[in-house]
Amino acid sequence: MRRMKQVSQKQKETVAAIGFLLPNFLGFLAFTSIPVIVSLIMAFTHWNIFKQPFWVGMENFRSLLWFHGEGGRLVPNDPFFWQYVGNTIYLMIGIPFGMAASLIVALMMNQKLKGIVFFRTVYFLPSVCSGVALLILWKYLYNADIGLINKTIRLMGAYIYAHKVVGVGFTVLCAIVFGIIALGVAAAVLALCQWICDKLALPWPEHALRVATVIAGAAIFIIIGWHGRTVYNMVNIFFTTPPDWLGKAEWAKPSLILMGLWGGLGGYNMILYLAALQGVPSSYYEAAEIDGAGPWAKFWAVTWPMVSPTTFFILIMSVIGGFQSGFMTADVMTGGGPAGSTTTIEYYLYQTAFQNFNMGYASAIAWFMFAVVFVLTLLVWKLGGRVVTYE
Amino acid sequence: MNRLRPGVKLILYIVLGLGAITMLVPFLWMLTTSCKQPDEVFSASGGINLLPRYFVWRDTIVDGSKIRAWWGNYPDAWRAINFPRLYLSSIFVAVVGTFGQVLTSSMAAYAFARLRFPGRDKLFFAYLATMMVPGSVTMIPVFVIMKHLGWINTYQALIVPGLFSAYGTFMLRQFFMGLPTELEDAAKIDGSGYIGIWSRIILPLSKPALATLTTFTFMGFWGSYMWPLVVTITETPRTLPIGLRYFVGQHATNYTQLMAGSMIALIPVLVIFIFNQRYFVEGIKLSGLKQ
Repeated sequence: MRRMKQVSQKQKETVAAIGFLLPNFLGFLAFTSIPVIVSLIMAFTHWNIFKQPFWVGMENFRSLLWFHGEGGRLVPNDPFFWQYVGNTIYLMIGIPFGMAASLIVALMMNQKLKGIVFFRTVYFLPSVCSGVALLILWKYLYNADIGLINKTIRLMGAYIYAHKVVGVGFTVLCAIVFGIIALGVAAAVLALCQWICDKLALPWPEHALRVATVIAGAAIFIIIGWHGRTVYNMVNIFFTTPPDWLGKAEWAKPSLILMGLWGGLGGYNMILYLAALQGVPSSYYEAAEIDGAGPWAKFWAVTWPMVSPTTFFILIMSVIGGFQSGFMTADVMTGGGPAGSTTTIEYYLYQTAFQNFNMGYASAIAWFMFAVVFVLTLLVWKLGGRVVTYE
Repeated sequence: MNRLRPGVKLILYIVLGLGAITMLVPFLWMLTTSCKQPDEVFSASGGINLLPRYFVWRDTIVDGSKIRAWWGNYPDAWRAINFPRLYLSSIFVAVVGTFGQVLTSSMAAYAFARLRFPGRDKLFFAYLATMMVPGSVTMIPVFVIMKHLGWINTYQALIVPGLFSAYGTFMLRQFFMGLPTELEDAAKIDGSGYIGIWSRIILPLSKPALATLTTFTFMGFWGSYMWPLVVTITETPRTLPIGLRYFVGQHATNYTQLMAGSMIALIPVLVIFIFNQRYFVEGIKLSGLKQ
């Protein structure tokens, strides 16, 4: 009797579960799991949506990813595709800088200051209204002739280069700043390598590399000093006739990265860092202080390890997102140009699928993206498991 | 954090202040440009005229040339891209889509968190696995499905594929798992069914998580760009971002009007955000990883 009741109770629960799951599960089938399989099949077909699709085997992948000999040299079958992959990776350079900026802003926002809510609101503004309107605004800001950025630069240039003395002084200042940035980047990269090697217990030639950094730093400044006249001319040209940011292939990507930094430094990543910082017990800092640690040492010994899970989370999400991004910017601001320099994989996929109606080829691109994202996630996951400190 | 020395405080204020100026100047530039005369923008030479040269409340004639009122660009932009229509579309799609997604997610999350049924963990793992699939992989087949259903250029195409979210299910399931079970047990003894438990106990207890999911889903629908661009053809079901995009296409260099249009698109969002910024921040903290 009791057993019967138990069984019926179990069945009741299963029926209820099916009821609760059904709406979501139908959508899951129709718009996620079945499309994934269909997409994989489509990647092996040729289909322009108007006629019947036909099976072409590996041909899409061969023309997308493979190479052929041409005059004794290896040429990719789809050279555009590799250019766009390069663009996507180039644009991802902004990720570590953006993360560092977010952490610094979060550290400042974590201080007990009056009016900090005002700053938090202002810094978050670009994230909340990210969208076409902001991209239109930035297209205008970057305009070569009438954009605010170039107007400001030209105004500064006119003021500085009216007198040669001021111009020379300014050039020296620019050179020093540039040298320090170059040195800082080199040091940061080395520190990162060292940290990873440390965590992975790999040998690290500390002193040799430190000496190398100092020599490289000195070399940077000597080279800059040696070519003083060239530097003067370059800075002068930059400030009197500033570049056409979005109109020149070599400036377009850095411009987009800069815009991303502006929009991202006070956004979601900053809030995540802020939450992580507020979760660090103050007793840890007190203990570090008793050991005689200054602010710098406290950051590296307490804060950095304590926020490392957040860093890891943001890194994974940014890498996954970064590889699939760039559609809206390309579509609204640049049209993928100039000379394809801002076309990302995602924009290429859109063009292939919805402008050229080459659905099979586009599916192959989508699966390439999927594979790369999958491998990257696994890689970061494996590496992260070793270098992240959990409490 | 311990107390700061006044010097450090001052430096922090200066750095934060400079940052705030960098954040605000583009928005201010947008605002002032939208109030300028159409030809005023094109003086490439010369300085930065941050403020409009003329600021009059009515169209007037100065030295024989017509000067427009400072707000003159707004009605033009409003008419040029049929803002009321775009706003209604955007609000309709976002509200219905968000409501549907939160509803289906909370139902599925309840089943995953509290009900026992065969294959539950395997199915949940499948849900998790699909969260890794890039949107562009499923986009083409879903487009084909929409085409076969005849839903291209309809509101259904904008809403229905967004009604189901593995992410929302996952997030709510994690939250439901952390709720105490005592109340549910009491409700069961009182003879409450599963629907009663879900609607009268689980949902009221999960207000913060539901608010977070609602906020992010709404913002997702509101800012959604690629999918609406793909499935809409005419103006009727177009949402605000797509309308703005075509506006840029038509008025490529008419910056005063473009800025006025962008302002119209941004102002409601800005107002809502500034009055609710606390909830955004709390929500992000909640949706972040728990350490």
